[in-house]
Amino acid sequence: MVTLKTQLIGTWTLIKKELIRFWRVAFQTVAAPVITGMLYLVVFSHVLQDRLEIYEGVSYTSFLIPGLIMMSLLQNAFANSSSSLIQSKVMGNIVFILLSPLSYIQFFIAFIVGAIVRGLFVGLAIYFLAIIFIDLPIHHPWIVFWFALFGGGLLGAFGIIAGIWADRFDQMAAFGNFVIMPLSFLSGVFYSIHSLPTIWQNISQLNPFFYMIDGFRFGFFGQSDVSPYLSLLIVFLFFITLSFAAIQMLKSGFKLRT
Amino acid sequence: MKTAISYKNVKKFYGDLKAVNGISIDIKQGEFFGLLGPNGAGKSTMINMLAGLTKASAGKISVMGYDVQKNYQEARHAVGIVPQELVFDPFFNVREMLRFQAGYFGKGKENDKWVDEIIERLDLTDKASTNMRMLSGGMKRRALIAQALVHKPPVIVLDEPTAGVDVELRQKLWAFIKDLNKAGHTIVLTTHYLEEAEELCNSVAMLRAGKVVAMDTTKNLLRKFSTKNLKLRLNFKDEKKLPIKIAHIPHQITEDFYTFQLKKITDITEITEGLKQSKIEIIDIQTVDTDLEDVFLKLTNAKK
Repeated sequence: MVTLKTQLIGTWTLIKKELIRFWRVAFQTVAAPVITGMLYLVVFSHVLQDRLEIYEGVSYTSFLIPGLIMMSLLQNAFANSSSSLIQSKVMGNIVFILLSPLSYIQFFIAFIVGAIVRGLFVGLAIYFLAIIFIDLPIHHPWIVFWFALFGGGLLGAFGIIAGIWADRFDQMAAFGNFVIMPLSFLSGVFYSIHSLPTIWQNISQLNPFFYMIDGFRFGFFGQSDVSPYLSLLIVFLFFITLSFAAIQMLKSGFKLRT
Repeated sequence: MKTAISYKNVKKFYGDLKAVNGISIDIKQGEFFGLLGPNGAGKSTMINMLAGLTKASAGKISVMGYDVQKNYQEARHAVGIVPQELVFDPFFNVREMLRFQAGYFGKGKENDKWVDEIIERLDLTDKASTNMRMLSGGMKRRALIAQALVHKPPVIVLDEPTAGVDVELRQKLWAFIKDLNKAGHTIVLTTHYLEEAEELCNSVAMLRAGKVVAMDTTKNLLRKFSTKNLKLRLNFKDEKKLPIKIAHIPHQITEDFYTFQLKKITDITEITEGLKQSKIEIIDIQTVDTDLEDVFLKLTNAKK
């Protein structure tokens, strides 16, 4: 009755549903963040291109692109899992998943995959648009891949936590505005933390977004503010911690089952 | 007959509120079982605990022998639940939603034929490619029923399935559910429409304030509480007062009608004679049998 095959079909079905869900509204879920990312690129590079050189031999515009790709990837990975959950909760259709034999692990995997894929779609779209205008070789593709994967997974897990915790759309928006947005803007997307006063450098090092951006950027330029391996370890540990928390919430049925 | 659903001393407390307070019910395979009771009686809580949406505070619940907590995957495979609220996923059309639901239960492409069959049987063919948002309330209700059937569960639970549904659709739905029952599915139904329960259910449990106040076959319950009533419309010459001779017979007055509860058939002669002597004319006469609603009211009032 319950076999490995039924479990695999169940997981794949929920993944497929999550992917089709965001693709049906791709104008809002993919095109809009790509346009926002490109606008940041145009505005900041136009203003700062000839005034700043953060890494030797790397133009400011080139420096900016990996940070923008990663920031958009992270924000959209979070948006995917969190919005899917809060919408299903408010609409009540989460009951269809809760009535099914899908386990909390299958639930978690499907939402994480959905989050990572949407993040990757947005990130890749910005990358391909940017390289039309700027030469941007990737020095360490595997580093780029691992940071994109764990970064997307980390924010996907955080999105699950936020989506389960929030009961209303305004609570969800507060997560985005007061947590995700400040952490991503203060993570070194637009600057190197070495250009900050010491105290802000120290504070920045408490921000997990900093390691995701800095390590991801290392994959492109082979240069970073801190060791990419330390960054990858920190990102991985955050991913494991948040995944554990999200899985525990799903397992206990917190705010999903009474 | 084997047991399809078993509740064993099940309790559910929300703080001080005892939503379900020690209920034990065994529903046999192939039965059409009615769970009746007023709002707040605990019907939906019973179903939510069966579905795994709510965790029981105490007791054990199993479906086709599978514990709904310990063997939740097997238990959920065995049951299809039609929720009370008209919920839907606004991103998908009817066929997509049904295929997704089947997929959650591990059913692949080989199940698509069955999905199309349910769509046809529930008169949803014309709407199969229509987004769920665009469907009327009745169509949404059918889609919900279809969703509960996609994985071919042996047990089907319907929580107030005809609430807000017009008479024609209600009849169609019941014909469909009856066919499922004839095909061997165990059906559990909660409803406010007691005449429906009387017509459809082999057995019923009546709940009040989280407890079972009566549980038996529908026939037995009706027999046990059966009374004959004589309903008369009277034309009083003078004041509207029954003669002393018959006033002691228990009766109710509703608008123009006097309904006498008959303990023995000779009460009829006593009533008609009494009225004749007092020159009160009988304009209309009916005999009324007990229905499930009377039993229900009698039982729930008695336990107050």
